[in-house]
Order: sequence, then C-alpha cells, then structure tokens
Amino acid sequence: MKITMTVNGDSVTSEAEPRVLLVHFLRDVLGLTGTHWGCDTSNCGLCAVLMDGVPVKSCTVLAAMASGHEIRTVEGLATGGTLDPVQQGFMEEHGLQCGFCTPGMMLTARALLDKNPDPDEDTIREAISGQICRCTGYATIVRSIKWAAAHPAGSSQAETPAETPAEETAEVPA
Amino acid sequence: MTAIEERPANPAAAAENRPIGFGRLQRKEDPRFIRGKGHYLDDVVLPGMLHGAMLRSPYAHAKLISIDTSAALAHPGVHAVITGKDLEGLNLAWAPTLSADVMAILATDKVRFQGQEVAFVVADDRYSARDALELIDVEYEALPPVINARKALDADAPVIRTDLEGRTDNHIFDWEAGDAAETDAVFARADVVVTEDIVYPRVHPAPMETCGAVADYDPIDGKLTLWETTQAPHAHRTLYAIVAGIPEHKIRVISPDIGGGFGNKVGIYPGYVCAVVGSIVTGKPVKWVEDRSENLMSTSFARDYLMHGEVAATNDGKILAVRTTVLADHGAFNATAQPTKYPAGFFHIFTGSYDLEAAHCKVTGVYTNKAPGGVAYACSFRVTEAVYLVERMVDVLALKLGIDPAEIRLKNFIKPEQFPYQNKTGWEYDSGEYERAMRMAMDMAGYDELRREQAEKRERGELMGIGVTFFTETVGAGPRKHMDIVGLGMADGAELRVHPTGKAVVRLSVQSQGQGHETTFAQIVSEEIGIPPEDIEVVHGDTDNTPFGLGTYGSRSTPVSGGAVAMVTRKVRDKARLIAAAMLETRPEDLEWEKGRFFVKGDPSQGKTIAEIAMGAHGTVTLPEGVDGNLDAEVTYDPPNLTFPFGAYICVVDIDPGTGVVKVRRFIAVDDCGTRINEMIIEGQVHGGLTDGVGMALMEIIDFDEDGNCLGGSFMDYLIPTAMEVPDWETGHTVTPSPHHPIGAKGIGESATVGSPSAVVNAVVDALQPYGVVHIDMPCTPSRVWEAMQGRHVPTAGV
Amino acid sequence: MQIPAAFEYARAESLDHALQLLAEHGEEARVIAGGHSLLPMMKLRLANPEWLIDINDLADLDYITEEGDTLRIGALTRHVSLLESDAVAGLFPLVRDAEKTIADPLVRNRGTIGGSLCQADPAEDLSTVCHVLRTELVIRGPNGERTVPMRELHRGPYETSVEQNEILTEIRWPIRPRSSSAYTKVERRVGDWATTAAGACLTMGDAGQIEDVVIGLTAVGLDGGTATRAEDAIRGQQPGEELYAEAGRLAAEDCNPVGDQRGTEAYKRHLADELTQRVLRKAVERVNSTAAARS
Repeated sequence: MKITMTVNGDSVTSEAEPRVLLVHFLRDVLGLTGTHWGCDTSNCGLCAVLMDGVPVKSCTVLAAMASGHEIRTVEGLATGGTLDPVQQGFMEEHGLQCGFCTPGMMLTARALLDKNPDPDEDTIREAISGQICRCTGYATIVRSIKWAAAHPAGSSQAETPAETPAEETAEVPA
Repeated sequence: MTAIEERPANPAAAAENRPIGFGRLQRKEDPRFIRGKGHYLDDVVLPGMLHGAMLRSPYAHAKLISIDTSAALAHPGVHAVITGKDLEGLNLAWAPTLSADVMAILATDKVRFQGQEVAFVVADDRYSARDALELIDVEYEALPPVINARKALDADAPVIRTDLEGRTDNHIFDWEAGDAAETDAVFARADVVVTEDIVYPRVHPAPMETCGAVADYDPIDGKLTLWETTQAPHAHRTLYAIVAGIPEHKIRVISPDIGGGFGNKVGIYPGYVCAVVGSIVTGKPVKWVEDRSENLMSTSFARDYLMHGEVAATNDGKILAVRTTVLADHGAFNATAQPTKYPAGFFHIFTGSYDLEAAHCKVTGVYTNKAPGGVAYACSFRVTEAVYLVERMVDVLALKLGIDPAEIRLKNFIKPEQFPYQNKTGWEYDSGEYERAMRMAMDMAGYDELRREQAEKRERGELMGIGVTFFTETVGAGPRKHMDIVGLGMADGAELRVHPTGKAVVRLSVQSQGQGHETTFAQIVSEEIGIPPEDIEVVHGDTDNTPFGLGTYGSRSTPVSGGAVAMVTRKVRDKARLIAAAMLETRPEDLEWEKGRFFVKGDPSQGKTIAEIAMGAHGTVTLPEGVDGNLDAEVTYDPPNLTFPFGAYICVVDIDPGTGVVKVRRFIAVDDCGTRINEMIIEGQVHGGLTDGVGMALMEIIDFDEDGNCLGGSFMDYLIPTAMEVPDWETGHTVTPSPHHPIGAKGIGESATVGSPSAVVNAVVDALQPYGVVHIDMPCTPSRVWEAMQGRHVPTAGV
Repeated sequence: MQIPAAFEYARAESLDHALQLLAEHGEEARVIAGGHSLLPMMKLRLANPEWLIDINDLADLDYITEEGDTLRIGALTRHVSLLESDAVAGLFPLVRDAEKTIADPLVRNRGTIGGSLCQADPAEDLSTVCHVLRTELVIRGPNGERTVPMRELHRGPYETSVEQNEILTEIRWPIRPRSSSAYTKVERRVGDWATTAAGACLTMGDAGQIEDVVIGLTAVGLDGGTATRAEDAIRGQQPGEELYAEAGRLAAEDCNPVGDQRGTEAYKRHLADELTQRVLRKAVERVNSTAAARS
C-alpha cells in the first residue's frame, strides 16, 4: 500500500506492506537508522519517536497507521545546524554511554520540555519510565534533561559550534 | 563527589585552559550518538544483502526425529534453509566452546534447551525470513529434562550430553581453591560458625542492542568480512579460522558501535556462524539479528550458582575462615568465557576484603537443560558470585553476634600495611586502603543518624533497612602465562603513530560497548605525550586495522589495554627524545620532558614540541643510528598481575510491611579504582553497575518451569529497572593506585555490579529484623519479601 | 525483531464505515485502535487477523463529557486523556490512581480505554475500575446500538460479548453524590501488570454510614469482578478499621488467585485483603475530605 507521512518536516511517500512497523519504515525504507529497537513487546522504548509531537513506540505503530501523520525522529532534533538543548544536555551531563537508548530518551525529553519547560526530578523520571537504559543508571539522563530545561533554545549556552553539520532530511526512495 | 586525594592539576591543561590528559572531558563519541549517527550492527546495509532468521526448539530436551524444509524452500523469498545435517557436511554442526567443550551450531541429534538453534532461513528480507520459519516442519520426541541443578547428578538423571562419548552423567568439573584441611581445623576450634544456603539465580546481561552479524564472503579472493556485535573481535577472528577452516588472514571481523555488551557479546553464537554459512552458500551478504526473546532465551546468561557458605569466627567478631561449596549450573553446553585454568573464574576472591586464617571452596559444574553461556553480565569472571557470598555471610555472622555490620567489617579488613596481600586462595591483592573508603561511605551516608532513624521507625512498626557491603574486585586478566582463552594469552597490543603534523592515531584491540574508549584512551596518550585528546584518533573494532588482543570484558580494557597504551606512548616518547636530541644537537640525557615538549636542561627556550619532533622524524633531520624515520611504536602489554579495585557501598531501603514492596531510598557508593582517567566516565560506569545490582537484587531472573520452559523470555517478564526504581546515586571515591600498573589504574567497569547486589539484599534483610529473617534469595520481589516475613522460602527453578 | 504475519489494512473514515468494513471482511477482521495489546500478540503470531480495521481517525469516539448524572467516555479516549482529565479525577479519583500505574507514559499516549476493555485481560486495571464504577457500555453493530452492564462485557479471559461485527463505542460512568473511590496496585516494577490490585467506590449516607459500595480486584480470579460478600458485609455500616478488616478478609476468601512469577497464591490472597482495606480507607477519606471542603 502507499504510505505518505511527514518525517522531520519532509513529506515522504513509499510503498510498503500493511504489516510494516513504523520503526522498520523509518529505518529500512527511509534509511533513518537513528531510531533503534530493543524488544518485541513495547517494553523498552528504544524505538520512541514523536508522532504529532507525542512520544510513541514505533515498534507498536504500523507505518500504515502513521500515514498522514507527522513523525519526528532523532535526525530531526537539531535544526539548522544547531543542536537541540536536549542533545547538548546529554553531552554535557554524560546522559549516554552506548548511545542505543539515547535517541528515544532525547525525543521523550523534548516532548516533555515542550509541555513542561521546567519539570522536577520526579516528573522527568516518570516521563522516561517507559524507556530502559542499561548503561547510565538514569541519574545522568535526569541531569541532562534538567540541563536542557535550564538552557532553552535561543539562550547562548544552547548554541553549538559552527562545525555541527546540518541534518539532512530523508531521501525518499522512488 | 568527595575526594580524599586528587591528582595534581595538569599544568599544561591549566595553562592552555583546556583539558589535556586526565580529568573530566566530554566524550569524543557523543556527537555522532546524539545525532542518531551511531553505526550499529543493524545499521549495516550491503548491496544485495539477504536476511537470516533462526528456528528454535520449543522443547528443553527432545530427540530430533526429522526436519522438513520443503515448504520453506518453496517460499518465493527464500534462498536457503540450513539445518544441522547441512552443517555436518561442512563439519560445522558442532563447534568448540570457550571452555574446552563443544556446542551445537544447529541441532543434529537432540535439542538440549528451549530456544536452541534448529534451522536457519536465508531470505530476501527479514519479513520473508520470519514467515518462512513458520513453514519448517520439525518432528521432536520429548525427553525428560534436567532443570533443577541439584538433581543433575542423581543416578537416575537423564544424561544430557549423549553426544560426548562415554558420558554417563551430567558432571562437568570439580574445582577447588584454598586449603581444605587447614580450613577444617580453623572451623573446628572457632567460637562460632554460621552457615547459609545462598542462591545467586540465573540472570541475563540483556544489552539494549541484541546480538547480530552481517557476513559477506567474497568467493573470488576467499575473504570473509564479518560485522558482529562482539566485545572481542580478534579472538573471534582466530576462532573462526580454527572452526571454519578459513585462513586467518582472509577473515576480517568488524565490530561497529555496540549497543551495550555486559559480557553478552563475548561468545560466538550459532547465528553468527549460520550467517557466515548463509553467505558462503548464497554468494551474497547475509544479515542476522536476533529478537529480544532469542537474546534472553539463548545467549549467555550469568550466575546460576547455588552456594553453601560457612564462616568461622571468634565471639567478638574476628572472622577466622570462610568455607563454601558451590553447585554451578552451566546449562546444556559448557560455554562460559573464562581463562582456561579457571573453570570457576576468579571465584577465589570469596575471601573478600578480610584478613583470614584459612579459606576453602569447592565448585562443581553440572549440565542442565538450559541455555549455555555463563560468566556474563559485568561479573569479572565469577567475582560477583564470590562477593555476594562473602558479603551476605558476613552479615549473617554480624546478625548472629549482634555486631553492627559496618563495625564487623572494619574489624576484619586487611590493613594498608599488609599490601601486597597474599590471600588464602593464592592471589596477591595489589593495594588497598579499605578502612578509609568504608569511613568515607559511612560519613556520606550519615550512618549513625540512619541507625537512629531506623530504631525510631521500628518502634512505630515501619521497616527501614541499611545494607552495608565492602567488596574487593579482581580484574584485568592476564598475566598471559597464567591466563588464556582457548589458548590465546590474555595480553593486549597497542599501536601509536604520530603523524608529521603532530596529530596521532592509536590502534587498540579492545572494543567499546559504551565505556567511552575513544575518549579514555585518547586521554591516556595525551597524558603521556601532551597531544590534546581531540588530536588523537582512536581506532578499534576492526581486526584488519588494529593489533591483536583479547577484547573488552572482565573490566580489562583500562588495566590491560590502558597499560598497553601508556607503554606504547612512552615508547614513542623515548624515541622522540632521541630525535629531539638530534634536532637540538645535544645528548638525549641532557633533555628534560614537560608535557608535550623536550627542552635542554637549564635552557627551557631550547626545545622541541612533539609536533616539531614528528615533522623532524618524517622530514630531513639526520636521525641517530638505529632510529627509523617515523614517530610510531607498537607494544603488547602483558600485565604482571591482576588489579584489585574495591569499594564501600551503603544502601537504604524502606519496605511496605503490608505488601513487601521494597523501595531503594538512597545508595551511597565509594569506589577506588586507582588512578582516575576521566571522572565523568568513571561515575557513569558506577551508576550503571549500581542499577544492575538493584535489578538483580529486586527483579531480574531467568527462571524455568519444571518442563524447562523459560519464564524470563521477554522484557514483560525479564524486568530491568526503570528510572522509577533507582535513586539519585551518591558517589564518592578514594584513590589507591595499583603499584604494578603503568598509570596506576585498576579498572571500574564492573565494580558496581559486583558490589551492589549484596548491599541491597543486606538492606532488605536488615529491614526485616523484626521478623527474624536471616536471608532472602534474590530477586527480592514483593512476594518473596512477604513470604520471608511469614517465615517461608520461595524457590526458583525448583531450587 | 518479531513481526506480524501479513494482513490487509483498511482505515475507517466513520463509525458506520468501520462497521461496514467489519461486516464485509467477516470473522478474520479485527479492529485496531492503540494497538498496544493486539500488535504484540500479532508479532508473537498468537493473533493472525486477515484484516485490520484502523479506527484511529474516528475523532468523534474520543471524548470525555459530563451529561446529567453520567460521565460519558468515548471508546477511543487514550489513557493519557483519562489520566490528565481533572473532570475524571474530580468525580472518580480511582481512574487517575489506576491510570498512573497502567503500562508507561508512551503506551498511555496510544492505548485506549475501549481497547483495554475489549482485550479482556484478567490483569487489566481499567476493567476493575469499570466494575467498581458500575459501568454501562454502549456497543454499536449493524442493527444499531445496545448497552450492556460491565459484568456482561467479559465472557472470560480475552473474550467479550462485543460481537465480531460490533464496536464498543462508549463507556458510561454513573455520577453519584457523596461518593468517592480509590485504586491501588502492587506490581513487581513500574509498568508491570498487576500482581494484585484493588479498587473501591463508595457512597456515604447522611448518618456517616457506608450507604453503598463496590469492591473490585484485579488479577486474582474474582468471580464477576466484584467482591460481593465483602460489599454486603459493610453496606450500611459505620466505616472503621474493623470494618475494613472484615471486608478485606471476605474479599480474600472469595478470590481465586493462581501462583506465578508475580507472586505466590498466598501472597496474592494476602494482597486482596490488604489492598481492599487500603482502598476502602482511602475512598472514605476522600469522601470525607470532599464533604469537609464543601462545608
């Protein structure tokens, strides 16, 4: 079937079987491999992406169901060569080690801060409680999100060095 | 963070107002990860690549009667279906394990655990491959399984390893350490003896990225390029050469970014071998990535030690001796990864941090109808089991004698002046200042105040527990003369090249799974030679481009490869001195080194920076006799001894008396890993390990029913802590450098995993004192805690 | 990664369209909303529908409306909306109690109340909530609408009285004055299914007595979903610790828990008792504090 959705601001269209999971559509069809997966049962949250601004588990959403919706992945976090404060925060506060859960964590953090710009620790922990990190023990993830809250986009601390490459948008296969 | 000792600030770093060498430094690997540009196994896509999927046994023990693959082969997307019979033809149905046993790649005669590999499908895409699995028809004849390890050696127990000639039972090995007679004698004259049965249940490393491989065999030049989720790419290359008969120079193993390992990615799994065979058979690259259930049900588990502990002491709490017998459940194949001489790993260290008169252990390994593997999950080769045993037993003793658990530990510590300390199982602890770390943890916790609070709460019927643990780790295997894995000595190579412009590349055999090697190793080079970390490229994870070494596990990266990197950098620096002397027309011994520069003694204005020396080496400078025109070096570092990190942990829990629900309120961790390279990364390693410990203590378990069905085969049942179950960690550190390590570093990767489970369980048992509880086996789920409060024990896997 | 077997997909544009698609594709068609119960089952190939009818576009099934003495909830209302609704929390605080413990925030962003109820998982929290609230359910089919009480919705584990050609459209919670409620759950870890959970809704009489009460238990095999003997024993009585203890004892006696990885049978029975007492205590406190706030 034909599937059309907006991914990181670009409209993409592709043929795919109805059973194709959104995570596979993003990774295998669009080549956006920043979205990872870690289980089959909606328990780990590695595959989190934003669907119409809301974090969802892309292993439990069919690409067909996402058709017509707006998807934002880790590749769409930085804008115009500027890192999202959440990305900067994860580097500043060592919010990642192996990096595998990181994209999902950062997207949930972005959605949280969009809703609540100054969350307390309990709110942050609750917001990421559907996502498992096996490396960090979460404390530094919490600190990273707090860092981002304290350095909102537009404040000078959130600016990144000039060498930060602009994120390309997805190539759409014919 | 509180520090008793800090390294002096790096003068060069201070002068240039940027970090050079050791210290907190943002990670060089982060910019790609935070942009979603990490390159993990499943991100590898090759032209024409096919996809594999594995059919697995639903039975724990069954005879394989027949396999019909015709319907699967008729599936339009399927290119090949490989069975054990096919592999037999290639002499690949069985392969040696890392423990001198053999394991089935695809079953030929029987299946021996639920989830065992039976057939491998190669198809156009992952969806077709999965679909085709449903079309394979396998006929089994169920056999009675051996699930409870305590029954594995019964006379009437079914023999699991009928493939091994002459095998009539399920016994694998008996192994002993220490002096049995001496220990018995001490026990016979002790005032008091405490005993306890302590199970360390089967758990799983469960890295967030599952295991996988992409095999690309080029039939024209006979070269196999193999991308794998492996912590040990060089060891894998050698093993593939031995097993598959492909010449070693025609095998290139690439380990891309790894989404966590924790020991899970040390071994070679049947799926990897099948991907290789699939690529050879089809002539195309083949990718295989396991799903989460496959990961939990079939890849390396950890622990599964059924221990009986005994401690002999005087009435005033002086510990005299520790004795233990262990039944080790190794699953269907003995596939644990550990040094050959040590079938129970470094379990010797059950003597703990205490000055004993005698100690003895006996470990018996048995086969059961469970997944093989073992010695995974950040355990430093069975140190986790050993530390858990002794730290639980010390608390059992403290309870019996009515002595505070912190006090009894302080009373029995090995004293600083006793190091290097020869323990009673033959190991030499390199350095330690245990009391200092213990006191720091108690200060940070406010230990006396916590005890007062606990007493008040008990009056009110509230359950609060304070768990104390002190651990001594042993990591950094070799030395190579004592330690090898399948004959490969546990030493690591390193190669450093300083380019003409003074930038450098360092090549390593170890592979990061999140530990930040690209940063840490650049910092070691930087510390030794003064090139800023950002000017040093760290190359790893590709056997064609790195020197040989045994890999990253057992916390050996910093102790072994860290030593190698320090030594190779010093070798380059020594060479730089010769070249600088030639450039300055002086004698090498007249030069003095300061970070990044040689200068003439007494005349600091006359000097050459490393960049100038590098250009000189590659340029037209007349080089001294015997000096090549480069600034490169290679070493293989063979560690003279293991290193012995240690730490003091205090855990505070609250338990709901009505439900048995345990809440970890605080966790204080003071670690000593010797010299600290990057405190940010060290703290991260500790946090992760503490979370592992809370997970194992409270929720993680791979259990089985009596038929051998795995009850922990998905993340719905194998529970890993979320951000809600763990507190904000309180960490501190002391610094007691290793006297034998080039930079004094001891390693930190597994300390917290080793030390924390007993801290949590000790806290739970401490909270339950009003109920007279002496011990609870992990995991301390609400149900198990409540049952313990009723005086009942809930078994796991029939144990 | 596990993936579902192949199926056909259709997106419903209206409720009538969805019913028409169900009628057209017959027995092998399933409705999908949040998908967080169905898709995992399909990946395990325990469910293999030939057609999926996606009703996520039916925005007119996503609402929370107070109408007279009824709170009407559209079946497509997501868990997150129920959790965050102050209107719901004000009238039925047990809903927020329960929603906080259901799965995790990301699942709650997608999962729907209709999907939860139609999954009929014996360990599902909203089913108990609906039992406790004496819920009426509106089901639409080719022949129009019918309503059923909650006790008639579930025919057994994973089996409901919503026929293949029907769709659950609305959940109706009766609003009663001087009432409040509470729900509490014991789980091995955040996001786990209940080891045991209890919910209670009660109405206080003029004389401070418990005028009416419903007690529900999750995951312990309680017949009909409610602890009727416990309810009968305390109805009309003055609240107090002894009464709660009696209710807990009876509720524990009447349930039929099965020991498993989450807990032993004895533990679950104990929890039935303990948690029943806790929710009664909490609900009474809530009625009283609301009454105090009003006076």
